[in-house]
Amino acid sequence: MKRLPVNLLIGAALVLLVIGAAALSLIWTPHDYTEMNIRGKFGPPSELHWLGTDQLGRDVVSQLMAAARNSMAVALAAVLIGGSIGTALGLLASAIGGWVEDLVMRIADIGFAFPALLFAIMLAAVFGPSLTNAILAISFINIPVFARVARASANQIWTREYVTAAQAAGLTRAAISRDHILPNIAAPIIVQATIEFAVAILAEAALSYLGLGAQPPAPSWGRMLSEAQTLMYLAPQLAIYPGLCIVTAVLGFGLLGDGLRDVTDPRLVRER
Amino acid sequence: MTALVEAKSVSRHYRMPRNHLLRAPEMLTAVDSASFTLNRGETLGVVGESGSGKSTLARMVMAFEAPDSGEIRFDGTDIHALGASDLRRMRQRFQMIFQDPFGSLDPRRKIGWSIAEPLRVTQSEAPSHKTAEALEQVGLRAADADKYPHEFSGGQRQRIAIARAIVTRPDLIVADEAVSALDVSVQAQILNLLMDLQDELGLAMLFISHDLAVVASICDQLLVMQHGKTLEYGAATQILNAPAHPYTKSLLTAAGA
Ligand SMILES: Nc1ncnc2c1ncn2[C@@H]1O[C@H](COP(=O)(O)OP(=O)(O)OP(=O)(O)O)[C@@H](O)[C@H]1O
Ligand SMILES: [Mg+2]
Repeated sequence: MKRLPVNLLIGAALVLLVIGAAALSLIWTPHDYTEMNIRGKFGPPSELHWLGTDQLGRDVVSQLMAAARNSMAVALAAVLIGGSIGTALGLLASAIGGWVEDLVMRIADIGFAFPALLFAIMLAAVFGPSLTNAILAISFINIPVFARVARASANQIWTREYVTAAQAAGLTRAAISRDHILPNIAAPIIVQATIEFAVAILAEAALSYLGLGAQPPAPSWGRMLSEAQTLMYLAPQLAIYPGLCIVTAVLGFGLLGDGLRDVTDPRLVRER
Repeated sequence: MTALVEAKSVSRHYRMPRNHLLRAPEMLTAVDSASFTLNRGETLGVVGESGSGKSTLARMVMAFEAPDSGEIRFDGTDIHALGASDLRRMRQRFQMIFQDPFGSLDPRRKIGWSIAEPLRVTQSEAPSHKTAEALEQVGLRAADADKYPHEFSGGQRQRIAIARAIVTRPDLIVADEAVSALDVSVQAQILNLLMDLQDELGLAMLFISHDLAVVASICDQLLVMQHGKTLEYGAATQILNAPAHPYTKSLLTAAGA
């Protein structure tokens, strides 16, 4: 048994921590995260409030846990939507080839160059700020990313002899994409999805920080951060906690994705 | 009776990479008006050095690419004039074996699944007894269907590829360097298997190799190619005994005949 890379192990541990907290928040948080107590505001860490309370006396731990859930949900939705559409486009481009492939990839290049934040601001300007629009914006930036990875990986698989054998058997290009290409590009797609999960978490935090994501009272690390900003001198810990959560989640998924790539990419393995 | 495969003056050109911006790219003639006739149950050997156009000819016979001129008839039908779905159905009748026993099976699929692949094109539920039968015909066990390619040796994988090629009971098998990647002892086993199957199933074979020694042992007819041109074409015994072209003689010497 080969030893697993360190980045994979650390990444997996951090990811488990974040997902665990998010999952737990579905059934239990120390307090109701919306429950205010003005008299108990800016409370220090105590047995009752492990990380203290915020400017409205809400329990910080409970808020962070609920925000983890929000963050995971947004990232999952965005990566699933953008990932499926992008992968499908990449597979299609690779299967058809010719000018269709060129066209799809040129459009993907344009989408790739388009700043996500700008797109989210545009969506918010037209449809109003909402979590749904934030998810749509993050999904949208994922489409070209996955289209590129899927197309590049698929093009490699199309040159394999087992694909030629499938063509000799009389399979259509669509059937080959389904039976051979997709299963054989699953690894790079999953690696990319893990990395994009980190990007999506950061994007959600950024959009919520700007007021373009989760709307009150829905919890979000990004919004906790922006609310705490005005109180930096009074209670810097209120900015530090959500900041640490964002770093943990982004780093966790980033390291996990890197680690998975190290384990699954045969080119890198051979170089070792 | 019509011939099983009839190639009439088949040519194929490729555009070479442009080496001067203003000059038109040069064309390379990979196959230059090749003609042959292959009857049912017989074997045509195609020999020639690397780059002589053997694989290009095979790809045209398999209808993976169309000739620029000439035509290829399979059982009287011009396969390059067929519509996509008719061609797909016709493919049940001509199958292919490849060179690389490690590349021609999808690593993520059980071999039973891969062998049944051609059957699923025409029937949604491929009967497992056909897969089992094909496995036994190539000297493997029916129970091997549940294994993955990495569990087999190169020679065994080539047997699996042969099982996939015969599962639809085709009339023709195109074998492009099908034994070149194997050890000499394994080569002989696979060649024997192919000849046995040919007798048993009445297969015609288009057998491609750069090694005349390999081809000589199993062919009824020979086609010798160089730079896309046909140097010699005729009965194998005649060409082997009295090669007309110096190039064929040099191939014979190289093969140690
Ligand atoms: N798709 C292609 N595009 C451009 N040139 C090609 C293409 N396929 C083959 N050629 C060229 O056509 C010529 C014949 O190639 P082919 O693969 O048919 O030879 P071969 O006899 O099978 O050789 P080998 O023994 O190496 O397999 C070669 O010069 C090759 O470079
Ligand atoms: Mg070849």
